[in-house]
Amino acid sequence: MLRLEAMRAIYPLLAERVVVTNMGAAPAELFSLGHRPGFFYVEHSMGLASSVALGIALARPELTVVALDGDGSVLMNLGTFTTLARHRPPNLLHVVFDNEVLLSVGRSFTTATATGSDLAAIAAAAGVPRTGTYRTPESFAAACTAALTAAELAVLVAKVEPTGPASYLIDLHLLENRFQFERHLKGERR
Amino acid sequence: MPVSAASSRQLYEGLKACGVRLLSVLPETWLVHLVALAEADPEMTLVRLAKEEEGVGVSVGAHLAGVRSAMLMQNHGLLASVNGIVSLAQLYRVPLLMLVSYRGGFGEEHPWQTEGGAVTEDLLRALRIPYLLLARADQVAARLREAQALAEASLRPVALLLCRELMWEE
Repeated sequence: MLRLEAMRAIYPLLAERVVVTNMGAAPAELFSLGHRPGFFYVEHSMGLASSVALGIALARPELTVVALDGDGSVLMNLGTFTTLARHRPPNLLHVVFDNEVLLSVGRSFTTATATGSDLAAIAAAAGVPRTGTYRTPESFAAACTAALTAAELAVLVAKVEPTGPASYLIDLHLLENRFQFERHLKGERR
Repeated sequence: MPVSAASSRQLYEGLKACGVRLLSVLPETWLVHLVALAEADPEMTLVRLAKEEEGVGVSVGAHLAGVRSAMLMQNHGLLASVNGIVSLAQLYRVPLLMLVSYRGGFGEEHPWQTEGGAVTEDLLRALRIPYLLLARADQVAARLREAQALAEASLRPVALLLCRELMWEE
């Protein structure tokens, strides 16, 4: 499946929630589906999208936070699975789009998932209570819905093709995104 | 253990007085009492990390979500956090209050701490992070207040280096 198809399948779940993405293709594609003030794009600082999501989830238990990550990013911070599992916030869903390459530098730069490293299994072994790997938009969206309904920490891996948008630039400066997002979260306070 | 319980309490009370409600921590010897105080406090969310750089993400998330936080780590944890500090906290203009135990200076008996100690202040200067040395218990509350004020006004990381004189009782 294409990452864009997977993302489109869960977009209705994302639209009213707090979303934190990694850099590159995921923010560009999510932005193309429709930006919301609750979407925060962590451009650069690879590996930290799930850490930012954890900070939000622990600080604001009444919000539901979805982290949209990639295999290259999460491999730079595998310890995050152990930290997520240790704190086990029920309001956090960590999605990993796994295309088995560092796409932005070319398809020839494979990641360790191309040679068998299984991110869902690593997350499960780290103690994350709900994990899985999905290959169709339907099964992936169903798993995301189930995780959010169950209100249980989950790491769900969507296996996607190594293709992305023509450009990674989005028409929203990262500081504009940052202040809009902070203001949005302030407004969500009950 | 000769880690100063009195200074640890001063630091913890100072953090509470600043409104800090979330601490992201990777413990080390000098920080054990501080971590224990946070653990015993139902008002404090203690986030135990696998590696310090995660704490930059956690504290950035907490800030954007409207909760004041601080990072507690050793200076080698600061070294391990550099990309997160530069490409997240600084790039996105997020205040980050960092309490860093300053190992590897005069009096250090552990060889493995010495290289990190030697580069800590140069690193902070290279990153353009304002910092102060915290050596006296009677300065703790004021310095914490000032550090947080600067971090929030500048929307940037600020560091306090916790010195041997403050944290260790021979």
